[in-house]
Amino acid sequence: MDFKLGEREELLRKSTREFAESEITPRIEAMEKTGEFPMDLLKPMAKLGITGLIAPPEYEGLGLGYLARTIVLEELSRVCAAIPMGMQVHHMAIAALNDFGTEAQKKKYIPPLSRGETMGCVAVTEPSGGSDVLGMQSSAELKGDKYILNGRKCWITNSHTSDYWIVIARTGEGPKGLSAFIVDKDAPGAKPGREEHKFGLRGANTGELVMDNCEIPKDNLLGQEGGGLGVALKTVSESGRTGMAAVALGILQACYEEAAKYASERVLYGKPIAALQAISFYVAEIYTQLDICRLLCYRASWMKDQNMRFDTESAIAKSYTCEAAAQCAKKAIEIYGANGITLEYKVQRLLRDAMVTISAGGTGEIGKVVVGRAALAPFQKKG
Amino acid sequence: MERVIVCVKPVPDPKVWDRLRMDPVTKTLIREGIPSVINPLDRHALEAALAIKDVSGAEVVLLSMAPRDARPVLREALAMGADRAVLLSDKAFAGSDTLATALILTEAIRRIGPFDLICCGNYTLDGSTAQVPSQIAEFLGIPNIMHVAHMELEQDKRMVVTQKIEQGYVKLAAEPPLLLSFTKKANKPRFLSFLEILAAEKREISTWTNTDLNLDESRIGLGGSPTKMADMLLREKGRQGLRLEGSPEEIAHQLANKIRQLGFI
Repeated sequence: MDFKLGEREELLRKSTREFAESEITPRIEAMEKTGEFPMDLLKPMAKLGITGLIAPPEYEGLGLGYLARTIVLEELSRVCAAIPMGMQVHHMAIAALNDFGTEAQKKKYIPPLSRGETMGCVAVTEPSGGSDVLGMQSSAELKGDKYILNGRKCWITNSHTSDYWIVIARTGEGPKGLSAFIVDKDAPGAKPGREEHKFGLRGANTGELVMDNCEIPKDNLLGQEGGGLGVALKTVSESGRTGMAAVALGILQACYEEAAKYASERVLYGKPIAALQAISFYVAEIYTQLDICRLLCYRASWMKDQNMRFDTESAIAKSYTCEAAAQCAKKAIEIYGANGITLEYKVQRLLRDAMVTISAGGTGEIGKVVVGRAALAPFQKKG
Repeated sequence: MERVIVCVKPVPDPKVWDRLRMDPVTKTLIREGIPSVINPLDRHALEAALAIKDVSGAEVVLLSMAPRDARPVLREALAMGADRAVLLSDKAFAGSDTLATALILTEAIRRIGPFDLICCGNYTLDGSTAQVPSQIAEFLGIPNIMHVAHMELEQDKRMVVTQKIEQGYVKLAAEPPLLLSFTKKANKPRFLSFLEILAAEKREISTWTNTDLNLDESRIGLGGSPTKMADMLLREKGRQGLRLEGSPEEIAHQLANKIRQLGFI
């Protein structure tokens, strides 16, 4: 067993950290104010390699694995969680295309996504709920050489910034009645709907996608007809949960740094408050959670890189890390005392951002359902 | 241009300088547990070399005299876009002063072969003498322009270099071969792209010892260094509180006197 990261991972971390600190930090204030994803960052992020991180080299990507992706997303999130939120969903679109697309679809869609010329999203959730995938009502009907899509998707990250949407819609009844489609934002009848105004992850764009007799070519079916549930589950479970966990992990790292720094600088009773055991315990608890979460997140990503089944591990990493990020942000705010609740300090943003990660990409409870099933399986009687 | 050599030095990471301690007996820095980074100004020297590579396709060779554990620092410099690296590592080199260091680097430069340009940082953060670049140029018998704030490559290898001097700037034209030492004003070092990080894994880091350079050991290392350090002190840092009392005018006078007394004005 080897817990040491390689030279490559360390350099990826260093490179991303320098980029995030120098290029993203100056943009945070505007993101917090406007709630808009800074689209002009896409080009420099593509130049660095963030957009095409997991895309295979034959489609102009770097073919780096999920451990590398987790480290990169974590480092971006340490500075500003909204940016990797958009990027991890962009990666989900690439993963779905790469896992289920035909050669022609991969050649057409993945290279521009890798180059950061276009952005992608994956749309599963509907007003009826995201956790209840089978309850979705959006429909797709084959008419001649076109599919006609009708329905409304909501809580979609990158809804208004994406050029291509990976949409799951109903083509029949039951679990085998779902299919996945590639929808061009300019397709007739396709348009982004309402934009959400969130209190956290302000710079990540979230909103609705509306399909009103939306016409797409028959060839835009992604995978087999009836295979949509598989596309949704694999994409959400693999790239979605690990991505979401990595975003929360970066928030946790920021919680630790902000808490330890403030505790060491703020003087009360003639000494830095870190000398007070109660405060040092708070920092110790944050540090311990960070360590636990880092191990969980890296393990899940590493398992993906080893082609192992890891749906349980990705669910554990996602549920635990997002919850821990929120708890630790609260602790960090408490260390700051009254200063913690002013917009002047970063810690309040960490709590707002962490709260958004909990329900995104599968709620904490859905994660527990997955884990519970795996935990009980060895003890349950067949039939 | 065909070849640009960039001298790089690993130095203790300035972000953790408050953790630096000195061995009271040997009067050397205790580097254990202190991560090394590329000397910040060397990154500007490397960026200048890479900008030349971008337009002329020149080979960029890194040269560093450092312990063998400095390889990750060189790997990072390779990931910025350099083509290969030469690490000079030998116990015989240890303790070299600036003159001995310049002699070793010069011999390595001769061994690397013909070059158009040598790029250095204006000074290193740890030693801060700023002597080595000029000494190398002197040994090689080539011009050296220090304090480079801007560099332009014109046609036929002619270079126009803006040098920062105390009173302002001087614009100089120069022709290779020459040595330039860069300030941070010269450029903005590029980020390590992920693609270059992957490519750098295949780029070679050669390690040369004095067996390769064959220098007279009486001219290198601690023994061969004419500079003898008399003492080394760590500056004590701390905060002192002083409470001034009286009317605002009295306090202002007391404050002005204190500032004068401390020698700040």
